[in-house]
Amino acid sequence: MALLQISEPGGEAARPAHRLAVGIDLGTTNSLVAASCGDKVEILPDDKGRHLVPSVVHYSEDGSVQVGHEARARAAADPSNTIASVKRWLGKSQQEIRQSSQASRYQFDETRADTAPAIITAAGSRDPVQISADILSALRDQAESCLKGKLEGAVITVPAYFNDSQRQQTKDAAELAGIKVLRLLNEPTAAAVAYGLDTEDQGAVVVFDLGGGTFDVSLLSMRQGVFEVLATGGDTNLGGDDFDQAIFDWLQGGFAAKATAIAEQVELRTYAEKIKQQLSADDEVAVEWSEYSGKLDREEFRALVKPLVDKTILTCRRVLRDAGMEPGQIDNIVMVGGATRMPVIREAVAEFFGKQPLVSIDPDKAVAIGAGLQADVLIGNKSAGKFLLLDVNPLSLGIETMGELVEKIIPRNTTIPVAKAQEFTTFKDGQTAMSIHVVQGERELVSDCRSLARFELRGIPPMVAGAAKIRVTFQVDADGLLSVVAEELSTGKKSEIQIKPSYGLNADTIETMLQSSHEHAKQDMEIRAQREAQVEAQQIIDAINAARESDGHLLQPGESERIDAAIERLKQAIQGASSIEIHEQTEKLNRLSADFAARRMDLHIKSLQGESINAIESAEE
Amino acid sequence: MAISITENAARHVSAQLANRGKGLGIRVGVKTTGCSGMAYVLEFVDKLEVGDQVFEDQGVKIIVDPKSLVYIDGTEMDFVKQGVNEGFEFRNPNAKGECGCGESFSV
Repeated sequence: MALLQISEPGGEAARPAHRLAVGIDLGTTNSLVAASCGDKVEILPDDKGRHLVPSVVHYSEDGSVQVGHEARARAAADPSNTIASVKRWLGKSQQEIRQSSQASRYQFDETRADTAPAIITAAGSRDPVQISADILSALRDQAESCLKGKLEGAVITVPAYFNDSQRQQTKDAAELAGIKVLRLLNEPTAAAVAYGLDTEDQGAVVVFDLGGGTFDVSLLSMRQGVFEVLATGGDTNLGGDDFDQAIFDWLQGGFAAKATAIAEQVELRTYAEKIKQQLSADDEVAVEWSEYSGKLDREEFRALVKPLVDKTILTCRRVLRDAGMEPGQIDNIVMVGGATRMPVIREAVAEFFGKQPLVSIDPDKAVAIGAGLQADVLIGNKSAGKFLLLDVNPLSLGIETMGELVEKIIPRNTTIPVAKAQEFTTFKDGQTAMSIHVVQGERELVSDCRSLARFELRGIPPMVAGAAKIRVTFQVDADGLLSVVAEELSTGKKSEIQIKPSYGLNADTIETMLQSSHEHAKQDMEIRAQREAQVEAQQIIDAINAARESDGHLLQPGESERIDAAIERLKQAIQGASSIEIHEQTEKLNRLSADFAARRMDLHIKSLQGESINAIESAEE
Repeated sequence: MAISITENAARHVSAQLANRGKGLGIRVGVKTTGCSGMAYVLEFVDKLEVGDQVFEDQGVKIIVDPKSLVYIDGTEMDFVKQGVNEGFEFRNPNAKGECGCGESFSV
């Protein structure tokens, strides 16, 4: 037999002691990169000690690319070659991008299809994936110079609402930047991981993310370290900037400090932001603008921004309603994004949920820190005891095969996202359709597992049984969504379905299903053996019958009757005998029909030889 | 119910565990695959799973999950050299047939 070697758990290859992996928060406005240093995950600074890298890219005529602070500094002087907020463009068509307010300053590459937009910069045509890749390259360089080593992988965060094409483009950008993506992690999940919420048994977590220009609320359900996004909501045009604007308007109007010149307006806006930040620390701020002076206290500020705060709470209410939950059912609220430093926000959130939100981690860094923790685990640096189980497939997924048996395609506890494929074939001669029954569970019989979905693959070209090749691919994405594709390989005919395997599944059900698979292990083994024997026996009966039909003249007198009798005995065994008896009867039938099979073989070989000799002779003439 | 290991195999397992620097023992299991139904799984173990059975033989801990145990109960694990290849081999009394390559077996 083949000799085996001991493999690493989970089938991975042996790994060296410590490998460099980082978490990347690829943000709309700013990006961060975090890595584990010993027991702590820290944000890696650039060579000037700055943590936040503005997600801005500048392209020069000489082809050089600048990212971050340097790029942002060029925005005013060279707007058409400076690209900010490229994350908003991922997965969008040119038409969709053109509708955004920032698009007017760019020149689109008209030679590209609407679905693959690119803009023309001094360094040539650049699409959103390439621009994102430039940001990621800069982050990789920053990480490698900081950690003094080669980066082996990264966890990159994406908004929970990102669809498959936006996720794919993020992955493509990472690949282009030479970064191996260990996993794309949902931003809210990363924030929850940063607070260690994944180590609790179960709970419901709301992640309240109010950044500079975007607002997201996500409701996560967590069970033994596995997070699931139950509902999301938000506003892509609500953020800290709007709070600055409220103060700016107040300064302009009520305070009578009319700023008309553009430069003056910019200055006044910066001043508004400063007042807002100061109000997070102090109850009252003295306001001085040219010859005017006065004050703004928290109460007045609260009144100014009430419409904005109400909007965020309304979104929370909507997200809870989508998931059918009450504020009191939420175990933890995680605050993310710089704007959640404002006490008015924290107070409103605490009042709505009836408990204090988690704020101990810098809200600008929580997502990157969570991603960094995850990267450290995925690359294999965490010791066994500290291994956190995150985003795994809680029960095996498979399909029904002949004999109502389950063939597992993705075993339980496989980390997701994952894709696995297996080839199946037809059971009957000339079979042109196949029914795919997707099941979930650990037992061997379909009837003991959960049925998830059924669909059919039609249009299989007629072939003898076992000749068709049908590849069934199971893919579970980061959100646990399963897509099953069945493809007939000679024609490329495809059929597919998408399912949410976790739907209607709770911790108790999973536990019960695991327990019963342990309790019934022996019984399941016997049934599987019996069913396999039955299927094999039936295949042999079918094959012999087909052979008798096509080559009946080769049968000797009495032979057909003896075979008939053996088939009859085997058929009886199939009805309920043990696998051993079925095997015995199958063997007997095989022996009885062996001579007939040999004669058929001889005949076909002879006819083959005859043909080839004829062919040679005719070629010579 | 038990799984056993030969002295020679135990020596190789211990050496490989020491080399790796961590691990409780080795996991022997089966998965459905291949042309003859089942294939063996041989892995290091860092963490016991619920229901795992632990057998100790020749100073080596052999860990088997309850589902796999019914297929491989009574199996002896050996370490053999075949020409230039060397590796672990299973002698499974439950195995009724093996495919040509020996990677999968049926019970």
